[in-house]
Amino acid sequence: MIEYALTFGFVAVSAALLMNLWRLASGPTVMDRVVAVDTMVINIIALIILYGIWVQTTLYFESALLLAMFSFISTVACSRFLLRGDVIE
Amino acid sequence: MNPYLEMLIAFHIVVGAFFIAVGSYGLIKFPDLMSRLHGPSKATTLGVGGCLIASMIHVAALEGRLSIQELLITFFLFLTAPVTAHFVAKAYLHTEVDPDRELPKTSGRYGWSTFESVEDEPLAEDRAVDAS
Repeated sequence: MIEYALTFGFVAVSAALLMNLWRLASGPTVMDRVVAVDTMVINIIALIILYGIWVQTTLYFESALLLAMFSFISTVACSRFLLRGDVIE
Repeated sequence: MNPYLEMLIAFHIVVGAFFIAVGSYGLIKFPDLMSRLHGPSKATTLGVGGCLIASMIHVAALEGRLSIQELLITFFLFLTAPVTAHFVAKAYLHTEVDPDRELPKTSGRYGWSTFESVEDEPLAEDRAVDAS
């Protein structure tokens, strides 16, 4: 039963990634693209977690944690730079 | 594995993946950025939380121990999603929105605090002149 749920999960998260890619390509403003990249990284974290369930290993959780931290820092830095023209004042 | 545990894991995976898809669909469906922020910051975070709970139950059922990394990822994502949305919304307000025409009036004496603080604060060049 877990296999069917995982197949559904992979399909849904991949479709979500494609939707984010469409927003990334066609977003009218820069902040739209920032939000699209941030959402893409969160979806990739979900994909890594689902793959970890699929192959029955806990090896990939550290990479998911690193991706979460990296996504937060890069989004905040990008917003700061667009807002103030400088990341650390 | 216990079939009831399998059902529980499958339920969490399906619900989480569904909410991830809903959040990303909101990202392409809503008309402007302030509406679009709702999808990723709420629905997608809930979906990732569902997938992480499923993974935690899976590890507990398979190896009989409590996996702490998923809890860390969940706490980190739930803490950083509002901060990210706040920063993005503030940058959007200051770069794309005209506060006099496009924002509704406040009820009190003061206007929108994020714009008033910009006017009150001295510019970086002025501070450099004062220091030198």
